Amino acid sequence: MAERVLEVSGLSAGYGPAEVLFGVALHLDRGEVAALMGRNGAGKSTTMKAIMGLLTPRAGSVRFAGQDIAGLAPYRIARLGLGYVPEDRRIFTDLSVMENLEVGRRAAPAGRAAWTAERLFEIFPNLAEMRHRRASAMSGGEQQMLTIARTLMGNPEAVLLDEPSEGLAPVIVEQMAEAVLRMKAEGIAVLVSEQDLDFAAAVADRALILEKGQVRWEGPIATLEADEDVRRTYLTV
Amino acid sequence: MELDFVLIQALSGLASASSLFVIASGLTIVFGVTRIVNFAHGSFYMLGAYAAVTIVPWLLEFDRSPTLFFAGVIASALVVGMLGVVMEVLLLRRIYKVPELFQLLATFGVVLIVQDLVLLAWGPVDIAGPRAPGLRHGVYILDQRFPAYELFLIFVGPAVLALLWLLMHRTRFGVLIRAATQDREMVGALGVNQAMLFTGTLFLGAALAGLGGALQIPRVSANAHMDLSVITEAFVVTVIGGMGSVPGAFLAALLIGLLQAFGVLVFPKITLVLAFLLMAVVLVVKPWGLLGKPDVASGRAVLPEGILDPRPLDRFGKVLAGVAVLALLALPLLDDYSVKVGTEVLIFALAAFSLNFLVGNGGIVSFGHAAYFGLGAYGAGMLVTKAGLSMEPALLAAPIAGGAAAALFGFFVVRLSGIYLAMLTMAFAQIAYAVVFQWVEVTGGDNGIVGVWPSRWAASREVYLYLTAALSIAAILFLTRVIRAPFGATLRAARDSAARADAIGIDVRTHRWLGFILAGAAAGLAGGLYAFSKGSIDPTLLSIPLSVDFLSMILLGGIQSVFGPLAGAAAFHAVKDQLMPLTDHWRLLLGLAIIAMVLAFPRGLAGLRRRAA
Ligand SMILES: Nc1ncnc2c1ncn2[C@@H]1O[C@H](COP(=O)(O)OP(=O)(O)OP(=O)(O)O)[C@@H](O)[C@H]1O
Ligand SMILES: [Mg+2]
Repeated sequence: MAERVLEVSGLSAGYGPAEVLFGVALHLDRGEVAALMGRNGAGKSTTMKAIMGLLTPRAGSVRFAGQDIAGLAPYRIARLGLGYVPEDRRIFTDLSVMENLEVGRRAAPAGRAAWTAERLFEIFPNLAEMRHRRASAMSGGEQQMLTIARTLMGNPEAVLLDEPSEGLAPVIVEQMAEAVLRMKAEGIAVLVSEQDLDFAAAVADRALILEKGQVRWEGPIATLEADEDVRRTYLTV
Repeated sequence: MELDFVLIQALSGLASASSLFVIASGLTIVFGVTRIVNFAHGSFYMLGAYAAVTIVPWLLEFDRSPTLFFAGVIASALVVGMLGVVMEVLLLRRIYKVPELFQLLATFGVVLIVQDLVLLAWGPVDIAGPRAPGLRHGVYILDQRFPAYELFLIFVGPAVLALLWLLMHRTRFGVLIRAATQDREMVGALGVNQAMLFTGTLFLGAALAGLGGALQIPRVSANAHMDLSVITEAFVVTVIGGMGSVPGAFLAALLIGLLQAFGVLVFPKITLVLAFLLMAVVLVVKPWGLLGKPDVASGRAVLPEGILDPRPLDRFGKVLAGVAVLALLALPLLDDYSVKVGTEVLIFALAAFSLNFLVGNGGIVSFGHAAYFGLGAYGAGMLVTKAGLSMEPALLAAPIAGGAAAALFGFFVVRLSGIYLAMLTMAFAQIAYAVVFQWVEVTGGDNGIVGVWPSRWAASREVYLYLTAALSIAAILFLTRVIRAPFGATLRAARDSAARADAIGIDVRTHRWLGFILAGAAAGLAGGLYAFSKGSIDPTLLSIPLSVDFLSMILLGGIQSVFGPLAGAAAFHAVKDQLMPLTDHWRLLLGLAIIAMVLAFPRGLAGLRRRAA
């Protein structure tokens, strides 16, 4: 059996009085890409924030790399090797590209080649040309590349990638897909939240569909592509 | 004006700008990262001066060299930096998530504690520091003598700016600080331990304040009043520059330094007023300061939950209120002392109630409510002593004075929100304080004015108690009606979401302005009553410590309750009146009590009752 990197069960979370997640269960194996799908407001981002500790889980367990991480501070979770790329990017706009990467930099675990700015520039050639530019002067697509590169600088084992294709031009979306595949090739497990089935099919092996804060469907991405009923029930608007 | 004179004036302006920047840079960095407005920054400045007048002379015993002088100054800064670390670890770490009002109060608690500790350690007498070896002479510039040390100070500011720039751009720590100033949660999600970052930031900020203080010792003696005078100026600089912006602080310090150097020629007495005018203009044109960003200031709640639903008192509450009023009226059956305390409790209850009208009901955190109290007292007191009027018209004038000042200051205040608003109210209060303090011919300065006696019919303590009771209770009942009226509900709506209230066509600004004026008038009435109860007035009636007393009262009573502040005022004043004569360390106790209150029971006395119920 494949090695579990992340295992979530019974996860509930919300904002103030609003309950959003009701016992989410999901897992991620080493080196696999899974797509977390669902309509707007289904709870995809909330799931990621709760796993990352940005939102304190109200119930349930989150295991990462063999350790219970529910309730830990985000920085501790990040240090265990879980990377997070937020949907609104949250680039440090006052900082240059190189400085943004510096904030994300952490030593690699023993025995693994560390990501460097130069290696990341191979994946995102656009960034190489603007290393000293302030992030506020970058396009949305460039910022999306930067936010992924910044997380990779921390040499994570697994990455929570929230809607990397949202609002981007088709060429850039293609680059994002390549970046995800490249991460997979490096052995990084990726949980990518996505509304676009084509994108998900291009990068992921498996899909999970969230609705109203629960995982309603789970299976190989090919099955999802073939099954129109499921798509109509959970995905199309 | 001669050219050489202008030059000298400009140079001394630059020297004070430089000193001001060193201090303000630390304040703005700490705010940028932790989002805490640190009142104790002024205390660090003072501790820097005291450390320097202790360390530097000791070092100069070995050798009167410039090297040892500056080694002593740096050592003082580092010592103070360590004290900043202590404060972060013991206090700030526990309050990063609490509302801003509580943070301000907690750091003010530290100010009080440090004041008493400084007196314990160094005694009440000012301590003069040594002059700087090698910089004791004067330099002749166009035939005018200019002190070499001042010339040296001019270069310190730019040097610190350059060093900070290097730190911020060339070190990982600096890059993390800049990143955290923008989005500290994201910095944490990338694996950075914020606790370490915050501790480091406090070290840096406190060390800069300490450096600022230590560098002052050849110019001014270390004294126990340095903290509050410098913190106001540092606040003004950071607000004008934009909170969190180091270059902004530099720019603002330059502007203020030069403005004061030349302003003193035009208006010798009111240089502070000029700084305030600059601040008011900047905030109206650029509400986030010259180089500030809106996202830095907004974000977390300023306030804990305020008054939600001002229902009439339940039966228990009514009984309690009735018993309280009866007890007050029966006080003359006891002794004179009780009558005095009862009168004061009534006065402070009105002041606290009017403050909570702003804070709890309007979400307007005034950190300078004593200004309106004090101006009411001065308005009434001066009419009696200077204009020879009697008590009755003077008591009528008191709320007018408080309300007029609130109308003037409030016009600017209500344009802001959150922490900027709180700091502006405090700056205005300090300006009112400075005017009263410095305008000796009219106000009597530090000594104040004596002979503010009631009319003959109200001269006895008992009658004055009843007069005070009648007026205070009437004013409180009136404000209560306003809270329950649509006007009060509008203020609450604007408090909860100014944007939404705006959107449904409410003129939020005007409502808040009127509310501010009303609260100022009520505080003014309280001040007028206080003046006659004491028979004298002095500048402490407008001071920050009194503003903080009022805040402590409403916090103690619970700002989410309509009548809680009355209980808070009674409890606070009674305890203070009992304890103060018994101890030399009242400020220490009060500081610890405020911190304990913020940490342990942020819902106040009324909250306790609700929890028990
Ligand atoms: N900060 C917040 N405060 C309160 N409610 C929130 C907050 N963020 C999200 N929600 C609510 O939580 C629910 C789930 O939101 P979430 O952002 O997790 O959805 P999502 O699946 O990521 O949607 P999208 O595809 O639009 O990004 C929504 O109903 C949303 O309104
Ligand atoms: Mg989302």
